[in-house]
Amino acid sequence: MTTIDLEDQFMKRVAADEKIEPKDWMPEKYRKTLIRQIAQHAHSEVVGMLPEANYISRAPSLRRKAALLAKIQDEGGHGLYLYCAAETLGVERDTLIEELHSGKAKYSSIFNYPTLSWADMGAIGWLVDGAAILNQVPLCKCSYGPYARAMVRVCKEESFHQRQGYEILLTLCNGSAEQKQMAQDSLNRWWWPSLMMFGPSDVDSTNSEYSMKTKIKRFSNDELRQKFVDATKPQADILGIKIPDSDLKYNEQTSHWEFGEINWDEFHNVVKGNGVCNKIRLKERQQAWDNGKWVRDAATAYAEKREQRKNESKQVA
Amino acid sequence: MSNTKNWPLWEVFIRSRNGLNHKHVGSLHASDSEMALENARDVYTRRQEGISIWVVESKNISASDPKINEDMFDPAADKVYRHPTFYDLPDELKHM
Ligand SMILES: [Fe+2]
Ligand SMILES: [Fe+2]
Repeated sequence: MTTIDLEDQFMKRVAADEKIEPKDWMPEKYRKTLIRQIAQHAHSEVVGMLPEANYISRAPSLRRKAALLAKIQDEGGHGLYLYCAAETLGVERDTLIEELHSGKAKYSSIFNYPTLSWADMGAIGWLVDGAAILNQVPLCKCSYGPYARAMVRVCKEESFHQRQGYEILLTLCNGSAEQKQMAQDSLNRWWWPSLMMFGPSDVDSTNSEYSMKTKIKRFSNDELRQKFVDATKPQADILGIKIPDSDLKYNEQTSHWEFGEINWDEFHNVVKGNGVCNKIRLKERQQAWDNGKWVRDAATAYAEKREQRKNESKQVA
Repeated sequence: MSNTKNWPLWEVFIRSRNGLNHKHVGSLHASDSEMALENARDVYTRRQEGISIWVVESKNISASDPKINEDMFDPAADKVYRHPTFYDLPDELKHM
């Protein structure tokens, strides 16, 4: 069969909602697009542990601390599911990690913003995990089997993340005036970066068209962003805090909340590496990797020694 | 020291409760089978998803090639008589 035939067959399978599995033929562009997206997603899960880790020792109660720890541990697990999904496409784990640490690979820009108060643990769970859920739910139906299956596991775990975050803010909003102000301040800082999480507007999104065509993606960036605004506005009302957008207004005709202009210069600037925390996040990741080297080496040496002993005792017997 | 950079890859299978098969849930890297089991517990059973874990090094799995699926699974294609609905029996005969 020629490549054109194979490509044709592949597109037909995708159009019929068949899943593509690791050993199936796939176009190079599909493979590359998936590796880039899944790796970027995995890196985001792992780097995303850092801003929250900062608050494990600062959680206001044992209950909050246990929940935060469990959430962060989940994110590590999400990173692992995703790295494994990427590996089914023929890329090595160490290569992916190297690309993250060298700054070659990207991760979600949201994690380059600083966490300044405990309320930020609430806002991250509510808004950042909330936005992630909206992105991830349609990915459960992604055309690539291993990615879709990883997403099913991830989505099952995410809903507690959002709920624990919202509960943090709810508690603050029902507390003293200062506590409520902390929650408002946190919303003010996280709102716009959360909207940016859905990526550039459809007209400027370079990778979207191919991803939609091959059903890696099912909704456009702008569609998901609109869903997020519509879902989040009533949740802010329940908390009694105000979304920092003077243009936010309900459109009776479309039944959608219209929102103001996003500062895309800021977005591109953070993507380029100039956000408040880009450097520290990468440095902390590199340090974690370097500091873990002796553990990796020791485990390898131990495994080899055990294997050797097993072989020796076999010879004696 | 081994010169492979990555620890070997393991496939993880979990039995969610007695009476059910072990089912493939994903994979992970570990230096040996013991670590693979412990990591599988930490990653894949954090919410009581299982009561038994199998791990097997991925390199030990032989897989059929989807490119030859037609030939591979052809023998079953023309054997409708292996299915109960192939047999013509009267309607009065219930539950067979
Ligand atoms: Fe996650
Ligand atoms: Fe999460």
